[in-house]
Amino acid sequence: MKLATLAEINRERAARRPVIVVTDIANGEQRIVKAADLAGDPLHAELDRHLRMGKSGTVEIGGRKLFLNVYAPTARLVIVGAVHISQALAPLARSLGYDVTVVDPRTAFASPERFPDVPLIAEWPDVALPPLDVDRYTAFVALTHDPKIDDPALLHALGRDCFYIGALGSPKTHERRTERLKAQGASDAGIARIHAPIGLEIGAISPSEIAVAIMAEITAQLRLPKASAA
Amino acid sequence: MLDRDEDILKAAEDWRKAGHGVALATVVETWGSAPRPAGSSLVVNDDGTFLGSVSGGCVEGAVVTEALDVIASGTPRMLEFGVADDAAWKVGLSCGGTIRVFVEKVG
Repeated sequence: MKLATLAEINRERAARRPVIVVTDIANGEQRIVKAADLAGDPLHAELDRHLRMGKSGTVEIGGRKLFLNVYAPTARLVIVGAVHISQALAPLARSLGYDVTVVDPRTAFASPERFPDVPLIAEWPDVALPPLDVDRYTAFVALTHDPKIDDPALLHALGRDCFYIGALGSPKTHERRTERLKAQGASDAGIARIHAPIGLEIGAISPSEIAVAIMAEITAQLRLPKASAA
Repeated sequence: MLDRDEDILKAAEDWRKAGHGVALATVVETWGSAPRPAGSSLVVNDDGTFLGSVSGGCVEGAVVTEALDVIASGTPRMLEFGVADDAAWKVGLSCGGTIRVFVEKVG
């Protein structure tokens, strides 16, 4: 691999743009395909399929064996609510390879003492969220239990194609939340994207256990084929 | 913190820019139960320092040795590890899978 190719891969990844490296296995020849150039590429169909699945693999085309190496952006977790569950969730998500950001306008909650080493934004969702550029490689959770914070955050997430949206609260709480969000323009399809009550059913009680349930559900959403995701 | 793919490739770039010989080993095909999927990579520099993995730890030693040869020769090579081949009993995958690993020099 040329150093220039490697540097370009690293640059694209730092900017959270997917790239695919196509290697001719017989002779080591290589080229890099950026997401923006995908449509015009001769291997468009194969490249698109691999990118959508986030899966690298070998294909045989015209008698040549090509290795398609997909570099999808690192998954990210945006946590709205610097609450007790988040203190367990942030390090757990990081150990699973996620980049984590915590948002909470309440400075008593969003303090570095409670969240050592985690990027914290002590702003309201309307200020904090737009610059985060929530994308399809992002999971989004609203955990404050406070409609003033969670509702605008969820509305922001619904306007983005993040792969997971979850909200803390009982079925009853979620029912009331659904009414409020709909009154603010959320569609039925949008509401259906919200996982609530949040997390896989594992009988979680403590904040750490709830964090495990949330990350299990996010993992299922990321990895299972769409129809069977929890 | 575990080394993630992008940290691994960034390390390879930094090593190369610092004047090291560097090789990149990438899993290109897997059959059966293989511990790491296609696309998993390991980078090695001419000190023998390596980051990342291509298996559950079973064949990394052999891959590093081959990678040092590739750094010296500049010629890419394909390695195959699996229980089916004789050598695999020495350096093989205990999980019963087979993997092919492409090793190339970073130029």
